[in-house]
Amino acid sequence: MTDSDKILAVLKHVSLSFEKRQILQDVSLSIEAGKVLTIIGPNGAGKSTLLKVLLGLQTVDSGEVSLRANLRIGYVPQSINIDNTMPLTVKRFVALGGKGDAVKVLDELKVGHLVDSSIQSISGGEFQRVLLARAVMRKPDLLVLDEPAQGVDVMGQGELYEHISQLRQRYGFGVIMVSHDLHLVMAKTDQVICLNQHICCHGVPDDVSRHPEYQRLFGDMPDAGLAVYTHHHDHTHDIHGNVVPENGHGEDCQHG
Amino acid sequence: MDEFIIRALLAGSLVAAVAGLLGVFVVWRRMAFFGDTLSHSALLGVAIGMLLNIGFMVGVIVSTLLVGIILYLFQRQRRVSNDALLGILAHSGLALGLIALSFVQTQNVNLEDWLFGDVLTVTWTDVATIAGILLLVVIVMIWLWHPLLTLTIHEELAKVEGVNVNLVNMAFVILVALLVATAMQVVGALLITALLIIPASAARSFAKTPEQMAIYAALIGIISVLIGVLTSGYTDAPAGPCIVFASAAIFFASQATRLIQR
Repeated sequence: MTDSDKILAVLKHVSLSFEKRQILQDVSLSIEAGKVLTIIGPNGAGKSTLLKVLLGLQTVDSGEVSLRANLRIGYVPQSINIDNTMPLTVKRFVALGGKGDAVKVLDELKVGHLVDSSIQSISGGEFQRVLLARAVMRKPDLLVLDEPAQGVDVMGQGELYEHISQLRQRYGFGVIMVSHDLHLVMAKTDQVICLNQHICCHGVPDDVSRHPEYQRLFGDMPDAGLAVYTHHHDHTHDIHGNVVPENGHGEDCQHG
Repeated sequence: MDEFIIRALLAGSLVAAVAGLLGVFVVWRRMAFFGDTLSHSALLGVAIGMLLNIGFMVGVIVSTLLVGIILYLFQRQRRVSNDALLGILAHSGLALGLIALSFVQTQNVNLEDWLFGDVLTVTWTDVATIAGILLLVVIVMIWLWHPLLTLTIHEELAKVEGVNVNLVNMAFVILVALLVATAMQVVGALLITALLIIPASAARSFAKTPEQMAIYAALIGIISVLIGVLTSGYTDAPAGPCIVFASAAIFFASQATRLIQR
């Protein structure tokens, strides 16, 4: 594998606005094969839009989006509402994603008992796993997850992340995911990007089990697949989303 | 059995079966009002077809496709909601169709036949034309089935998985337009949507898979035509409403069995 094969997708200086509202501003990032990239940020920061840009569902005003040739993508969208009027089993829903053994992947994600259930009857947490199964069954090079742990409790979140990282080891795909939590991220994350229209900061997460806050909350519970990300911003945002330097004064401000 | 009854049964069954096949998607995608819009504006197509002397079917296909294109263009703006837009197009198409038809009165047009159908008067040529068009619809529909099902579940997921969403959506609108054209003689402009949504809704109670629902909807459509046309043939009640009411009776019966089973 050459170096260029390792890069699955690259965004270069991507900017985008909807009706004069800036959504993404000069965002650059790259996703490597087998690595996990987590994107965190406040509501309205443009996280989901960034994924849509990457998936080709949203065009950009300026900048460049390039994917490796013949890149197979497995996508787990934020929410799916399947009309009750459609009779559809979980197994069929997964099988619609492409060729592959739907039952085997559902088993791997511990939702094998649901194969014959109707897709509308399963819980939110189960649905997330079913969506994940559908994406993984496609044997993707890149897994794109939009808030996969949304509506799942902390234990369930850790378990889901653990599943994702096991699957990544088995199948070797790269992962880009948006997390709804500003601090708790998947333990096996290789890089975290904090997005608020532009990239505010990026880095690697701390080991969760060593984090005092986590130990205070959960005591000696086994490592639940979670990690804590410590932000290191050199600026804050005012109410309009404009960048304000950390000391609270304007850029031209000379005193203390 | 009289030959005109056999022709009516054939034409009606073909239309109802294909309506069931397309109708499940109309129900899943909540497009009932869309069906109304296409079929109501088909009246305008009948008038166009007569005025230009190109036959009503060609006129209907042209007018329904035109409405489809207008809808597509208008959906890009957000000042008028989608269902209001559908209503505007449905009724302006109907109004304009009634006006235009009043200009072709010379050709002995019976308005009621176009509003509610007149399946007992179809000729063998009509049956053959309907069969030909619907064969095409079924072939395209089989080819379209998987991508259409995928995008009905989630459009963005389908796009990422390689479905050409615009092409598939457009193809589906064309198929509905073709069906509307063939259904004008059977149930008429005002009742076509009923053939799309009632058998499909009745089929939901018995179906375990999307395919089963489509096949059951087609069968329920055919049974409705059998009951409706025979009732009409022996009582002189209008055939279109008889077909629609038969399917409605099956629908309510299916709901009742579901309640009893519970």
